[in-house]
This record gives sequence, C-alpha cells and structure tokens, in this order.
Amino acid sequence: MLELRHRGGCPGPGEAVAPPPREGEAAGGDHETESTSDKETDIDDRYGDLDSRIDSDIPEIPPSSDRTPEILKKALSGLSSRWKNWWIRGILTLTMISLFFLIIYMGSFMLMLLVLGIQVKCFHEIITIGYRVYHSYDLPWFRTLSWYFLLCVNYFFYGETVADYFATFVQREEQLQFLIRYHRFISFALYLAGFCMFVLSLVKKHCRLQFYMFAWTHVTLLIIVTQSHLVIQSLFEGMIWFLLPISSVICNDITAYLFGFFFGRTPLIKLSPKKTWEGFIGGFFSTVVFGFIAAYVLSKYQYFVCPVEYRSDVNSFVTECEPSELFQLRNYSLPPFLKAVLRQERVSLYPFQIHSIALSTFASLIGPFGGFFASGFKRAFKIKDFANTIPGHGGIMDRFDCQYLMATFVHVYIASFIRGPNPSKVLQQLLVLQPEHQLNIYKTLKIHLIEKGILQPALKV
Amino acid sequence: MESESEAKVDGETASDSESRTESAPPPVSADDTPEVLNRALSNLSSRWKNWWVRGILTLAMIAFFFIIIYLGPMVLMIIVMCVQIKCFHEIITIGYNVYHSYDLPWFRTLSWYFLLCVNYFFYGETVTDYFFTLVQREEPLRILSKYHRFISFTLYLIGFCMFVLSLVKKHYRLQFYMFGWTHVTLLIVVTQSHLVIHNLFEGMIWFIVPISCVICNDIMAYMFGFFFGRTPLIKLSPKKTWEGFIGGFFATVVFGLLLSYVMSGYRCFVCPVEYNNDTNSFTVDCEPSDLFRLQEYNIPGVIQSVIGWKTVRMYPFQIHSIALSTFASLIGPFGGFFASGFKRAFKIKDFANTIPGHGGIMDRFDCQYLMATFVNVYIASFIRGPNPSKLIQQFLTLRPDQQLHIFNTLQSHLIDKGMLTSATEDE
Repeated sequence: MLELRHRGGCPGPGEAVAPPPREGEAAGGDHETESTSDKETDIDDRYGDLDSRIDSDIPEIPPSSDRTPEILKKALSGLSSRWKNWWIRGILTLTMISLFFLIIYMGSFMLMLLVLGIQVKCFHEIITIGYRVYHSYDLPWFRTLSWYFLLCVNYFFYGETVADYFATFVQREEQLQFLIRYHRFISFALYLAGFCMFVLSLVKKHCRLQFYMFAWTHVTLLIIVTQSHLVIQSLFEGMIWFLLPISSVICNDITAYLFGFFFGRTPLIKLSPKKTWEGFIGGFFSTVVFGFIAAYVLSKYQYFVCPVEYRSDVNSFVTECEPSELFQLRNYSLPPFLKAVLRQERVSLYPFQIHSIALSTFASLIGPFGGFFASGFKRAFKIKDFANTIPGHGGIMDRFDCQYLMATFVHVYIASFIRGPNPSKVLQQLLVLQPEHQLNIYKTLKIHLIEKGILQPALKV
Repeated sequence: MESESEAKVDGETASDSESRTESAPPPVSADDTPEVLNRALSNLSSRWKNWWVRGILTLAMIAFFFIIIYLGPMVLMIIVMCVQIKCFHEIITIGYNVYHSYDLPWFRTLSWYFLLCVNYFFYGETVTDYFFTLVQREEPLRILSKYHRFISFTLYLIGFCMFVLSLVKKHYRLQFYMFGWTHVTLLIVVTQSHLVIHNLFEGMIWFIVPISCVICNDIMAYMFGFFFGRTPLIKLSPKKTWEGFIGGFFATVVFGLLLSYVMSGYRCFVCPVEYNNDTNSFTVDCEPSDLFRLQEYNIPGVIQSVIGWKTVRMYPFQIHSIALSTFASLIGPFGGFFASGFKRAFKIKDFANTIPGHGGIMDRFDCQYLMATFVNVYIASFIRGPNPSKLIQQFLTLRPDQQLHIFNTLQSHLIDKGMLTSATEDE
C-alpha cells in the first residue's frame, strides 16, 4: 500500500501536527473577521489535511462527562475498579431488560413510541459526533436543517405506515384522506424545501464542511430511520417478529461476552481486540438454543403472535386473531440421528421455531458485523463511545449497533418467506382506482375465485 | 499554494487558487475536442471558439437524443443505464482525488460491487412489476423474482461484510469516508435513474417532456443571460442572472406547452410501454387516456379580450406540462447550484472532461436530479392510481380467506357506487 500523499502546502507526517486548539478556533470561533484569500483556502485546506492525514495524526475527541448516578458510586465505592465497572454494567443491563419487559407489557403503541424515541436519540448521537469531528457546531443553519430532514423522512415513513395499516381509520376522516392521497407529494415538497434551504445556506468559506455535514446527515438517516421503520413494520406483523430478533441479538451480545470472559483465548478480528472465537461460537450456539426456546414460549400467546390491528370501534390496537399455521403445533418426524439421541419418533413444534433458527443464526453470525462496523467507526473518529447516556455502556447507539442489519433482515425475511402483501393495503389501493378498472378487476377476481372453488357460483332462483 | 499537478488523474483539473478559476475560461486540459473542430475554428478568438464548441456539441447531443427516442424504449433504458454508470464513475473518481484514496485496499472493487447490487435490486423490482407475465412463464425468473428482496439483501450484506473485513488500521477514517461517499452517490444517482425508467414506462412523453424542459431551461436561461443579463442571481454561481432565470422560466413554460401539444398527438409517445408476450418485444399501442384527448376549455375573461377566442382546444396534459415546466425552471436550477457548490467545495472546475466544452456527463445532468423524482411523485399523486395488473398479482398471492374478504368488500363498494346491481350479481 502506497503512502497516502498530502495536499500541497501542508505539513508532512514528520513535522509538527496542528494542535487541537488551533483547529478549534478555525470554524467554531470568529468567521466574522476579514480573512485574506490565504486564510479562506486555509480553513478548507485544514480540513483537507484532516482528510488525508493518516489516523494517528488526528487528535482524540474527549468524551463528555460521566453520568453514573451518585447512589451507585457510593454503593460500589469499596470495590476495586474492574469489579466496579462489571457491577455497573450488570446493574444497568438488568435495568434495561426490565424496562424492555415493562414496555412490552404496555403494548404495541408504547413500543412504537419507544422505537421512535431511540431513533431520535441515535440520530442525535451520530450528528453530535459529526459536529465534534468537524468542529462544525456553528455552521449556519446546519443544526436546524439536520433536524428538519429527520422530521421529513419520519413524516414520509410514518405516513406510509399509517396509510397501510390504518386504512379504515383513514377512510373516516376527511383531512386525513387528503393527506394520505397526496402523501408522497407533500413529503417530497417538504424535503425539497430543506434541500433548497441547504443550497441557499452555502457559504463560500465553509462549502466543504457543509457538504460533509449534508452527506453525514443523509447517511445517518439512511441507516437509522429506515431501519427503525422496518422494525415498526415487523412489529405490525406480530410482536413476536419484533421481540424475538431483538432478544436474539441481545442474548448473543451477552452470551458472547460471557463465553469470551470465561473461555476466551483466540482473538477474532483486529478491529475489536476483545472479541474472541470462543465467544463467537459459544454465543452462536446459545443464541440458537435461546431463540428456539423463546419462540416456543411466545408462540402460545395470541398477544404476541397476532398481527397488530387498529380497530375503529374500540379506537385502540388489538391483537386478536386466529393464529396462522406458523403458530400451530405440528408433528415433525425427527431425522434418524436425532431419533437415536432423544429416543422419540416425533416431536411437536411450532413451525415458527424453525424460522427462529434462521433468525438466531443471522443474529449471531452477521449481527456482530454491525458491531465491528461501529467499532471501526469509533476508531476512525477516535471516540471511545458514541455518547455517555447509559453509565457503563456508553450511548444508545452502542447498545443498538448490532441491531442495524437485524431489522432489515427480518423485514426481508418476512417479505420473502412468510407473508404475501398486506391485505388491507391491497384493498386500499383497489378502492383508489378508477371505477372502470375496479369493475374489470372485480370480474377477473370473480372468475379466479370461482375456479379455485373459494366462491360458489350462486344458483339462479 | 502550488497547483495540484500531481493529483491530476484522467485529465481532471483540480485548481487550488480561487483566482485562476475566475479568469477567462482556461484552456481545457487533455482536450477531447476532435481535431476537425480545432482546425476549423483555429482562427477565431478564444471566447467565440469556446462558444462554437459548446454550440456544436449541444446540437450533437440533441440530435443524438432524437435518434435514441426513435430507436425505442429498450434503447432508452440502456442509455439511461450507461449515463448512470458514467455519472457514478465521475463522482467516485472525484472522491478518490479528494481523499487521495485511489489505492485504498478493495475500495474500487467494493464501490462497483455496491453499484451492481443496488442496480440489481431496482431492475429486479422493475422487471417484476412490468413484465409480470414473462416472469411467471420462465421458471428461473419466477424464483428469482419471488425471493428477489432476499437475494438483493444477501448480495448487499456480502459487500458490507467485505467492507468491515477490509478495514485497515491506518486508513479507517478514509475508508469510512469513501463508504459514505459511495452510498450518497448511489442514493442520488441510481435511485433517480430508476425513477426515470419508471416514468418511461408510464409513457415516453413522461420521459421526454421533463428532460426537454430542463434542457430548454438551461439553454434559454443561458441565452437570456448572455443577451440581457445584469443582476446576479446567487453568489454560488456568479454567471447566473435574474434576467436569465425569469426569461428562462417563461420560455420553458411556452416550450413545454408547445411540445406537449405536438407529442400528445402520437400514440407511440402517449401509451404506457408494455411488454407483449406474443411478439416478445415492447409495444406502445393503446387507447389514449383522457389526459391525451382534446378538450374544450373556456378561456378566462382576462385572456379572452387579448386573444379574442372564447374557448380553446387543448390536451389536459398541457395543463400538467405547465406544472412540469415550472418545476424545471424554478427548482431545477437548485440542482445546478448544488452541483456548483459541490465543485467549489472540492475545488474542481468540471466533474470530468468527457464532453468537450461541457465538462462531464454529470455537468449536463445536474439539473435533472430533482426532476426525475418530481415527475415520479407527480404521476403517483395526481395522475394514475396503482397499477391494476400489479394489484391482481398481489391479490393472487394472498390467502383464500383474505381474497374472499377483499372480494366481498369490493363487491359492496361497487354496488354502493352503482357500478353493479345486485341483480347482475346473481347470474
């Protein structure tokens, strides 16, 4: 690999590195002062340096203050530092898990709000890192524009979700109907307004920084907001499609950590020196077993298994239905070698448990790549944690980094292997068509249904 | 401030000093102008020479555009695809030059791989939507289309894992930058090009009129600015003027009206592109929809006194074309400003040197970005509903009880509307 070259006029690697305070005052402080053309290009060039300098030259970004509550600190003041850290992590882990259970109990609507809250916090954390990296906190308009884009994209996605799943509710209200029908146009117009504001806000001195922050915002939106909406769509399929994947990832995190702690010897990847092969493989097997058992337990309850529907009469979410075949016990004949081990001919399983093996496998094998990606990101920008929200654990993003790919995978899995399209969405689209088209479709459907024997041709009286 | 002579790749000029870019148009390095032109124009002054080169190339591109239209939708799709690949290549090359990251391990391979994945995903969705019957017939295609999302996601994942495994200690930051750069480029370039193809399938007029309006606005604004330009428009692009902007706006609206009038008469432009199973090719043959049938409109009183006509016969599509031209003239230029800001930020004069006198392909297409999305959103919101054959296809994949439920709801809806009477239902 060749030495990466530096732009003309910048200090070479052997020379003195620009100390952090000088960078700090460049963009953050006085951009009101008259600058010569030298200084103007200098500011952008300075960040050009930042781009092409090798990583070791970049100064480390100090984390924000420690937020461990006083109580915990006092209670654990007697223990040694290593065990203290372990205890803090443990207590916080248990707290988060109980919070999770509590919210599940409170129902799907609360879960949606939780997902939205997490999404906003993750977005905030990543954008804040961007500000710190580029010292761009004071860029004109930029903070406003980032939050505005977040709002636009959320509006677009939530509108599509509401239109799909709340068709009956929407049909009733006049204004909502209007908003739904022109939803894409309205979202696009909102986004355009933001785009034009960005273009108008471009300032000569900070062009490059502004483009960086623009791109940073968009990539963050792409990663976080789309994933969170796929999570919510999976939730609407049935809470089990939300709970099981997330629990598998959490379980994999915890069991890989425990296996690594007790048996870890061979390092897994240079990016994350603390991960070991023993942890990885041990985590894989325990997660598959955990997923299998959790699927068995959860499949019994209609509350988890049924698609979430909005009932207009009750004006709330209901999860009541006839469980689909996926969640009805079936007898499977065991393959011969398992027969010998378990000494049973057949076993009763929910078909969903077979799917849960696929989900857990993904969570254990590919989920960690999301974690490596986040580790690489933290190393690239020389930060220890995304933020300091959760004491002992870092920011919300640190907890959710392995979940990125999981949400998309579950959504794609459901779309490909489990269900067809959403019936109420098909109905809604049918009702929007022109009457002649509707009539044509009606006739085609009638023929099809009679052929299949689903509809009995009525007898002429 | 030495010039970036060592950073030039493929004839790109990356000038560091602001003063050089503001002078009279500098000679294009690694000049692609054909020798013929060079000799023919050798005695003119530099400014007029540049004008002539631009003019000739503009005409050449427009002629090329007409030829492609004549060749039909399949060729158009291929052209869109090539333009997309070239634009992607141009932007990625700029990224390499900015970050001096040409030699990052694996990175060139990964960028092209991601481009391939995203294209595979979008083309697969398009093929599934519009070529439904063809897909159902051929066994391998059917499986590919049923598990399409899963396959695309798997391909993308492989690229993602390769990226993570390729992270090298010294170059983390650069690698993340390039990863981000690639994804934003894909977002801008590839999604837009697929929306263009969707518009094309609606009817070639939805492809031709928007693109022509943007080109016309470019040319008209330039002309008006050239002859009447006085007040600068925006600091980003010092050459743009308010006179050019407003003149371009009116000229484009008029052009749009005329062009749609001419094109609405021909079936080959107006009908949705369909794939005919029997002939195994694209056909554009149909009964033109209401939008493309002449209608009488009453002229409002104001204009009546001016023109002296009571009513005028127009295609309803021409009203829509006013909306499209307005967007092309008012918001399209923001795409151009965005590209100008981008070029200033990264201190490049043009995206590339593909077209002599004009710069790269991206330079020509920068105003088109937003247009493609706008047309697609416009069509989805105001013109058509969902695709009926797609709905039937989705219906057939539902469970029988769901199908029955939908059928009954549709039946009661149609009876309500009076389209069906209960008597006919008992047949």
